[in-house]
Amino acid sequence: MSPKTLYDKIWDAHVAQEAEDGTCLLYIDRHLVHEVTSPQAFEGLRMSGRKVHAPDKTIAVPDHNVPTTAGRENPDQMPEDSRIQVAALDTNAREFGVHYYPVTDIRQGIVHIVGPENGWTLPGMTVVCGDSHTATHGAFGSLAHGIGTSEVEHVLATQTLIQKKSKNMKVEITGKLSPGVTAKDVVLTIIGETGTGGGTGYVIEYCGEAIRNLSMEGRMTICNMAIEGGARAGLIAPDETTFEYVKGRPHAPKGAQWEAAVNWWKTLYSDDDAHWDKVVTIRGEDIAPTVTWGTSPEDALPITATVPAPEDFTGGKVEAARRSLDYMGLTPGMKLSDIEIDTVFIGSCTNGRIEDLRAAAEIVKGKKIKDGMRAMVVPGSGLVRAQAEEEGLADIFKDAGFEWRLAGCSMCLAMNPDQLSEGERCASTSNRNFEGRQGFKGRTHLVSPAMAAAAAVTGKLTDVREL
Amino acid sequence: MEKFETFTGIAAPMPLVNIDTDMIIPKQFLKTIKRSGLGVHAFDEMRFDREGNEVPDFVLNKPAYRESSILVAGDNFGCGSSREHAPWALADFGIKVVVSTSFADIFFNNCFKNGMLPIVLPQEQVDLLMSDAEKGENARMTVDLEAQEITTSEGEVIKFDVDPFRKHCLLNGLDDIGLTLEKADAIKSYEERVAQERPWV
Ligand code: SF4
Repeated sequence: MSPKTLYDKIWDAHVAQEAEDGTCLLYIDRHLVHEVTSPQAFEGLRMSGRKVHAPDKTIAVPDHNVPTTAGRENPDQMPEDSRIQVAALDTNAREFGVHYYPVTDIRQGIVHIVGPENGWTLPGMTVVCGDSHTATHGAFGSLAHGIGTSEVEHVLATQTLIQKKSKNMKVEITGKLSPGVTAKDVVLTIIGETGTGGGTGYVIEYCGEAIRNLSMEGRMTICNMAIEGGARAGLIAPDETTFEYVKGRPHAPKGAQWEAAVNWWKTLYSDDDAHWDKVVTIRGEDIAPTVTWGTSPEDALPITATVPAPEDFTGGKVEAARRSLDYMGLTPGMKLSDIEIDTVFIGSCTNGRIEDLRAAAEIVKGKKIKDGMRAMVVPGSGLVRAQAEEEGLADIFKDAGFEWRLAGCSMCLAMNPDQLSEGERCASTSNRNFEGRQGFKGRTHLVSPAMAAAAAVTGKLTDVREL
Repeated sequence: MEKFETFTGIAAPMPLVNIDTDMIIPKQFLKTIKRSGLGVHAFDEMRFDREGNEVPDFVLNKPAYRESSILVAGDNFGCGSSREHAPWALADFGIKVVVSTSFADIFFNNCFKNGMLPIVLPQEQVDLLMSDAEKGENARMTVDLEAQEITTSEGEVIKFDVDPFRKHCLLNGLDDIGLTLEKADAIKSYEERVAQERPWV
């Protein structure tokens, strides 16, 4: 047999039919659904009298629109159009009989946190969702990517997608990470290096010692942002860390099936002599705590650096950098660690898991957030929230002056009540620093949870290693 | 998608040229979470005044044309924004066929995705159908996609062209999903195989 990459192996295991031109009918093992991109898809089914092909493989949860404040079961807390979208998901999920976690369910949360947490996401699966950050699930060695509304309908109706294969790209992080350096810093550094278009047309496999040593939470942070590097999907080969995380979760296999599953999962790695269309290698030791200064995730630099000047770039990036600096209100040459912050957001599908909250709590423990600072922690799911309360993390945050919220996408995107106002500057653990992403004219600096916590305490972007 | 079957219906004359998708469905109706239910807003700004009263002169408000299933329209129908809400609104109103000398590209494609048949004809044949449509309720036309023919109320037969693949899809009620469902056997046998090999999925 010719050597294969991990991607090749998962792909091959899911081709239900292949046409002569290489177009494949790819079978989908898990379909995650949220309220924003699904209403017309369900409506399409209804109009054509179709059913959901595999309701048992379909999981629905509202996350983008829902408020994260107490009393949100009361729909009056939402503006009209949000309320309608959430209500539509409720009706559709019940009518079509798919798995469903409404806001009143403790398991509700951000779709990409809910899937892995409940054992829906397993190694070697194909996972899709009408959301680009579906890449997150690649951390389990599952092929996971975002789809559009018409494709959502296609998957609902047929449990397949019409697909052509991408190319293989390997991103290797060698050696060890230094203290204070987290998965978020790794992925920001990768995107800073490859650019937001570097992964276009590829599925990326992240590998190397530094990746192997990451927890599942950290691996999810890495794969979550594969899309920000242009790739449709990111992958990390499953190993003991993966199996350990999956074992015992409600929808994970049990008993003899567990043994059989692990046996197959152990075959899911890239063969030594597999062919790569592109390879990027970064030394783990070279990665520092990283922040973004501009309005693209590729505008990432070590916290020890200074704000660049447009002239530091070439081509179209010169003008883009000028525009970014203007939008962000920054002057070239100033130290990144001198940038003053007024808002801190800890949460999102990038960094809203328990480990992220632990890392942030460790920094703020016994401290207070800076006067005038607005800081919030939004757990990625009700279960993460409950665990954090049990571990005493919630009290640490509250004592320090953080708002302790209910689960949802919250300030990751300006689609619910949590938004930045014009000119506000936020250290955020989310994944996109686009213009207006967190609110009209709001300014976003992407950072790790520890760095966000440090900024909340000092009021500036801060090198967490010096705290 | 429903199969496109031969039908006889009322044709409404809309000689205006460049009817754009904003006219077909104004932007205030795009916030919907639905594809259906837009029919009541089709041509909203031409059909209703600012108080929401019907404009009696508008063709689809006239008693003879309220049940129209065919539009005979002026040149370049469906231009402007690519909103799929436009064909959604027309289909929901009950329109199955639009006849014109020309259509905007995206609208033309969107029609097929929604089970509607846009028919392109030379000017003189559109003129002929237009005057037939102007006769009102008594002017029922028959559209036969299989034979690619429109028969006027006078019994005159007009031939039209249609892409063979699209014809096949309309006649069989196939959209992308429909086409995939034609491969249901392949999907089923895949599922059966995986149920053996990886029963935990
Ligand atoms: S947390 Fe942010 S990136 Fe993740 S699904 Fe929600 S809106 Fe999208």
